[in-house]
Formats: sequence, structure tokens, C-alpha cells
Amino acid sequence: MSVLVVVECDKGEVKKSSLEVASYGSQVAQLLGTTATAVAVGEASEASLTQLGEQGISKVLYDAEPRLKDFVNGAYTKLIATAAQKEESTVIVLANSNIGAAVGSRLAVRLQASLATNVVELPKNDGGQFTVKRGAFSGKAFAEVVLGGDRKIIAVKKNSIEAQHEAGKTATVEAFSAQLADTDFADAPKQVVMQDQAGGILLPEADRVVSGGRGMKGPENWNLIEDLAKALGAATACSKPVSDVDWRPHHEHVGQTGITVSPNLYIACGISGAIQHLAGVNSSKVIVVINKDPEAPFFKAADYGIVGDVFDVLPKLTQAVKELN
Amino acid sequence: MKFLVCISNVPDTTTKITFTPDNKEFNKAGVQFVINPWDEYALTRAIELKEAQGGGTVTVLNVGEADTEPNIRKALAIGADDAIRVNAHPKDAFFVAQQIASIAKDGGYDVILMGKESIDYNGFQVHGMVGELLGIPTVAPAMKLDMSGNTATLEREIEGGKEIVEVATPFVASCQQPMCEPRIPNMRGIMTARTKPLKVVEPTGDAPRTQVTEYQLPPKKQGVKLIPAESAGDLIKLLRNEAKVI
Repeated sequence: MSVLVVVECDKGEVKKSSLEVASYGSQVAQLLGTTATAVAVGEASEASLTQLGEQGISKVLYDAEPRLKDFVNGAYTKLIATAAQKEESTVIVLANSNIGAAVGSRLAVRLQASLATNVVELPKNDGGQFTVKRGAFSGKAFAEVVLGGDRKIIAVKKNSIEAQHEAGKTATVEAFSAQLADTDFADAPKQVVMQDQAGGILLPEADRVVSGGRGMKGPENWNLIEDLAKALGAATACSKPVSDVDWRPHHEHVGQTGITVSPNLYIACGISGAIQHLAGVNSSKVIVVINKDPEAPFFKAADYGIVGDVFDVLPKLTQAVKELN
Repeated sequence: MKFLVCISNVPDTTTKITFTPDNKEFNKAGVQFVINPWDEYALTRAIELKEAQGGGTVTVLNVGEADTEPNIRKALAIGADDAIRVNAHPKDAFFVAQQIASIAKDGGYDVILMGKESIDYNGFQVHGMVGELLGIPTVAPAMKLDMSGNTATLEREIEGGKEIVEVATPFVASCQQPMCEPRIPNMRGIMTARTKPLKVVEPTGDAPRTQVTEYQLPPKKQGVKLIPAESAGDLIKLLRNEAKVI
């Protein structure tokens, strides 16, 4: 018995969401009285994998097959399934990312495991019943779900678990081969195109987000959003109407049919707060709303609010952040 | 080419979510149900590709009880040719995936499309399970889908970018924007949908592997603290000293 943690790496670094997953996995291992092993996917470096000891990981399996640098659903599934069999893992933990969910669902069938995605808390293991809490109804509710069977797969929602850091602890990195064949790479990418991220911060991974709506009046005014985001070290986002009219790219659209974010700080500028938008942001820890309409429904979901003109308020906020630093 | 499009019946996006008094089930009373918005991308794109190929069929598949039929008819009105309903409550993702895989296998479909996830359960699981059950590739989530002969070119979204992927039929893709502009039914579509075939079949497969024991609503917010616009800079101090998020 063991817990297997899937860590996603990019440019040699372990992604922040995977540090959270590693912490989650080692806490599940403690709960079950066993150890947590990681299997790394993506472009990893030995130094960053060794550091996973800080999250309570004892061993990291790494297959240096160069084609695993990019996401390939078939190959990643086989790699993780092979690792799970080798380690006799009864619980597999991954990030609730595009990669984690795509691989987790195939693994569930291959390993005859039960699967919960979008999980927001550590599991409870009472009287043989293994229960997790997960987000449902697009952030409008939670569900307690019992996972059956001998094997369980858990995909952890980003920013719902704090990554622990026990300085100085290290993991051993072990070379590992899943004996991947060409047929496992049927869905290998012909090309990978990365977006230009404002300030290099990826929206789904961001701790802080500054988001603009129709109240920004046009794409030419987005420098106000970007200035505040840059000062805060935040990612930028937008509401659906804004991406629908192409003021901003679709991957910045936050909401029920866009991406769901759960940062520590979400600042909404000129967004009225339609229920579909709230669904994408309401698990943010602190929500700030800036809107000139005091009746905007978003204020009801906010922690802090400013009733005022975004064109007047945003430069003041940017200035205040600069003074603070 | 034969397209199979899987649709879910979900509460309208504006629905205020409530549960039955024992918190075990979603309270359907007074709720308008719609085709899952993500599935609309799958449906419209399948119809567009069929039209571009000048032949083929688009079959709509739903796992649900009889109350989902109005939305199945709506999918037929949008342009699907026929429909299959698996007569069962969709108990969990694995249960639904088994139904889809069984029908896909019997029907010999080339392309199996569905939305990225359903907006009620938000599982984002069914696509991968169907692919694995059938032993064929899955591309999820797909933002673009083009076909040339038996080869599909897709854009798969990854965090921070996209991958361009080519796969041969048969394959599964879960769809999201900006794949296409979802269509709405026109009057002619609504008229012809009434007589299009809708076959009802009974479920197969193994028992579900997960069970919801309780639903909960998120805790209510404490109420908003308003800062006067003139002293907007004070907000930043509150975020540092009180909320401790910067």
C-alpha cells in the first residue's frame, strides 16, 4: 500500500498546484499509515524533484523519455498506471488541471478505481468509508462523495490546500521506465503553442487576479488592469462579454463556461457580477469589487467594495500598491 | 462519417441552487433544464462537420429519464439526425461512460464528442473513461476540431497554452469554446425534430463506483466592507493588514 502523487513540471520546475498535490498526498499517506511516492511528468529537473521532500514525499519516480516533456494523454496514463502498479498504490492524487482530469479519468478505468475530481479538502476515512468533499454546480455548492473500491483517485482543486514546506527535507529521485511504445503516443502534439502571459503569471495558477468587465469600456483601457496586476504580481482575467467581443482572449474568460479560479485575491473591475461569472470566482478567498453602480449584484458576493469609477479608482490602487512596496 | 454527440440535461446557468431537505439531492422544483452549455459546442461542431462533408449522420445520446426528452428534441431541432436515450438516472461518471461506450461500440461511430464537463456535477471525467473503455484516444479539452478524411486536427488546451494534436478516427473529444458558435433551433428544425427517430434503450454495465452522501451550500459571505472612492488607497492597506492577502 502507498499513496502515489502525480507532479506536473514545466521548464524544470514543479508547478505550484503540484506542490499542493504533493502536500495533500503526503497527508493522505499519514492518515493511512503509509508513505507517499511521486511520479513526475513534463519537463522536470532533478533538483526540483529532490525538493519535493519538503512536501513530505520520500521518493520520486522519473522517466526521462524525451517525448514525455509535452502532455500526451495515452503515454501519461500508461506511465502513471505502471508506477501505481509498481508501488502498489491504493490512492493516487493529481491536480484538477486539464492534464490531471484528462489522465485521471482514463486511469480510473484502467486501474478499476473510483475517481473524484475538483476535491477541496483532505479525505475522511471513518469506519471503512472513504469520503471526499468536492465542488459541484460550478462553484455554487459542494458534495460529499464516498469513493468505493480498493483504489481511489483524487484530483485536487487548485489553491484549496496549502503547500507545506519542511525546509531541508529531500526526496530521492529514482529512474523509472514505463516501457512506452509508439502506440502510447497516438495523441502526441505536433506543435505546442504557449500564450504570452502578462507578467509571466498563469491565470489558473495565480494567487492574485485582477479582472475586467464591460465597465472597462474597451480593450484600449486594459493598461489600467495590467498596471495594477503588475504591481500586485497578479494575473489578468475578464468576464464573458469581454472575451465574446474579443477585447481579451478567450483563455482569460473566468466564469461558469470559462475557467474557474480560486485565488487568494480576486479584484473585479467594472464587472456587474452575473451568476455565471460568480460561479467561476466564488471560491476565491477575498473578493474585491469596484463598480460605479452601487446596485451591482457582485457587491453581495464581495468582501471589500469601492463604489466608484474604475478609471479613477484603478490608478489610485496601483499607486497605493507601489507606495506599500 | 458517423458522429455521436453526448449531451447532459442540466439546470439553466442562472439557476439558484437548492437541495432537498435531507441534502441528498438537487431540488428540481421550478428549475428550467437546458442542454449542458459545453455540449452545445460538441453538437454544433458535429453538425458543421457533417454539412462540410456533404454526408454522414449526427446521433445524439443522453443518459437520463424521460424528463430529458424535451432537450433531446431540441438537439434534433438544432440539426442532429436521430437520438438515443439510455433510460436511467445518470448515477455517476463511470456509469454514464459505460452506457456511452456500449452504444458507441455497437453503433460503430467514428467521432464521439461531448462537452468538457457538465455544469452540474463538473466531473470532467466521462470523455477519458469512454476513451479508455473503447481503447481509443481522447483529446480533452478541445478548443478546435477540423477533419480531413479520417484524420482530425484538434487544439487541446493545456494550462498556459495549447497543443496541436492529430488523431485518426475513431476518437473521443471533449469540447469547449471557441470551437464554434453554438446554433439555436429554427422553426423548420423544430417542425422536423418531432418526427426524427428517438430510440430508448435500457442501461447496462457495472454499478457506480462513487456515491454522493450530502450536498452543501458554500458559507455565506460576511457582507461587503465599503471603502470610499476618494480614499481608494486605503483598500490596499486593508488587504495587507486585515485580509493579509498581499
